Amino acid sequence: MDLKETIKQKLDSAFPDANLEYSEYKDEFCVKLDKKFIVPVCILLKEDSELQFLLCEDITAVDWATRKNRFTVVYYIFSLKNKFRLKLKADVDEKDCNIDSVSSVWRAANWQERECYDMYGIIFNNHPDLRRMYMPEDFEYHPLRKDFPLLGIPGSLPLPKK
Amino acid sequence: MEKLTKDDVHPKIVQALLKDTDITIEDALENEMILNMGPQHPATHGVLRVLLRLDGETVIGCVPELGYLHRGYEKMAENMSYYEYIPHTDRLDYISPMANNVAWVMAVEKLAGIEVPTRAQYIRMMVAELARITSHLVAVGAFAMDVGALTVFLWTLREREKVLDIWDILCGARFTNSYTRIGGVANDAQPEALAKVKWFIDQFDDNLTECEKLLNTNRIFIERLENIGVISAEDAIDLGLTGPSLRASGVEFDIRRAMPYLKYNEIDFNIPTYTEGDCLARYFVRVDEMRESAKIVRQILDKMPQGEVLANNPKKVLPHKTEIYTRMEELIHDFMIVNFGINPPVGEIYHAIEGSKGELGFYLVSKGEGHPWKCKIRSPSFNNLQALPHLVKGHMISDVVAIIGSIDPIMGEADK
Repeated sequence: MDLKETIKQKLDSAFPDANLEYSEYKDEFCVKLDKKFIVPVCILLKEDSELQFLLCEDITAVDWATRKNRFTVVYYIFSLKNKFRLKLKADVDEKDCNIDSVSSVWRAANWQERECYDMYGIIFNNHPDLRRMYMPEDFEYHPLRKDFPLLGIPGSLPLPKK
Repeated sequence: MEKLTKDDVHPKIVQALLKDTDITIEDALENEMILNMGPQHPATHGVLRVLLRLDGETVIGCVPELGYLHRGYEKMAENMSYYEYIPHTDRLDYISPMANNVAWVMAVEKLAGIEVPTRAQYIRMMVAELARITSHLVAVGAFAMDVGALTVFLWTLREREKVLDIWDILCGARFTNSYTRIGGVANDAQPEALAKVKWFIDQFDDNLTECEKLLNTNRIFIERLENIGVISAEDAIDLGLTGPSLRASGVEFDIRRAMPYLKYNEIDFNIPTYTEGDCLARYFVRVDEMRESAKIVRQILDKMPQGEVLANNPKKVLPHKTEIYTRMEELIHDFMIVNFGINPPVGEIYHAIEGSKGELGFYLVSKGEGHPWKCKIRSPSFNNLQALPHLVKGHMISDVVAIIGSIDPIMGEADK
């Protein structure tokens, strides 16, 4: 059976109330899901003997600025067995800006989530070490948010005194 | 692990150490030490800072700190057109800029749906493989230098210099090339450039063997790397390693084979894998990969067809400079593309190539505007560095240098 159909079938039977939406764009298969289900879905995708999505390639977020659910967290995972790349998407609202961490599923997610937290301010619940990745620890803003100006915010980084 | 006791140290040394203090010898020897390595350390290949918790000379914990070279390239990408960003990709992995150029334009082409002429695809493949050779030459040379074999670095850089001369003929720049264009490459590969590539490939094997002899028969080099920084295949995948570091652990994963792009499915090549997963295996993988790359380039030279090197898609592909000055239509298109961008349709894509350090991918989101709504760089160095704490645990402090060299991180790419 086609791998996409297999994924659909397995996820639909295991998570009937996760609002799963499937789409395909330019040969990229994408599963959109409710953020509450991200960890169990990832565990299933990783540990199922047919799927084996063992490699977590990237975790990032998109800031849609004006949309109701402001952020979308995007996961790219890869199955070495099937040579197949899968995209997972979960919406996160600005007021409830957190999502469960998948670093317990893939250790590679640790830094990727830290980077996402640093750049977008999305809190990853149960993350073992949620610190900033690039910016200084006392930096107050999240630079990849659309409301952060390209030139930076004056005074956000301490400068030497005159 | 055994700890030193009072009896192991000569009393005179103890006396000298404890002068003017009131701590007892047990405290002094049992105390763990925090050592701050970098960011200004020559062996960290840039501005990587590593905090080490030491017991004597043994590393018991390690925290890498990134961000000293963070220039915000993802933010900048959101504020410039797709064309404008090509020179910026040179500055990501600055050891193999050509591969980054190829990765970026391929991602944009996937997003905008542009078909690239066959000759341009072959040229891209050729420059990407030559870039892999240059990158691995620096990696092997610097790695050998880190563990004390200084001569090899000069010899590998001599080889690299020849490729830089090829870049010079090909695109006019030795280092930050910006050679690719959306829809093709900047200019056709001239016969003299191709002749030089052929000459380089023909003599490369012997010269590489020479460099290899210096290392493979060097007992100090072998003993400093064997069984150092061992990582199992499961751990390597779980920690997100890709590229030579993953293949040294016995996982045959190469995007050129797993998800072929360009014309790699028409080329015959092997994927070198080793099962040891130590620093020595990572060195062997790189050397073998250079040979494979040379083999690929030789086949490309045989198979490269004649023809256009830029797609015929006037609304999205920048015309050649000479046409802009002489023809009205091209001038208008040039004006529109430069000022308003190429406006790919609404959508989001991820495209990855096998860069020299591992999987180099770009995630692009378009809202139908001239500049990307979001650009995310999946940099191999960033993800490979994450394995560092796992690799150095339990080794001596001098091995940390060897392990960093064996991962071959480029901080421009890791910090973006």
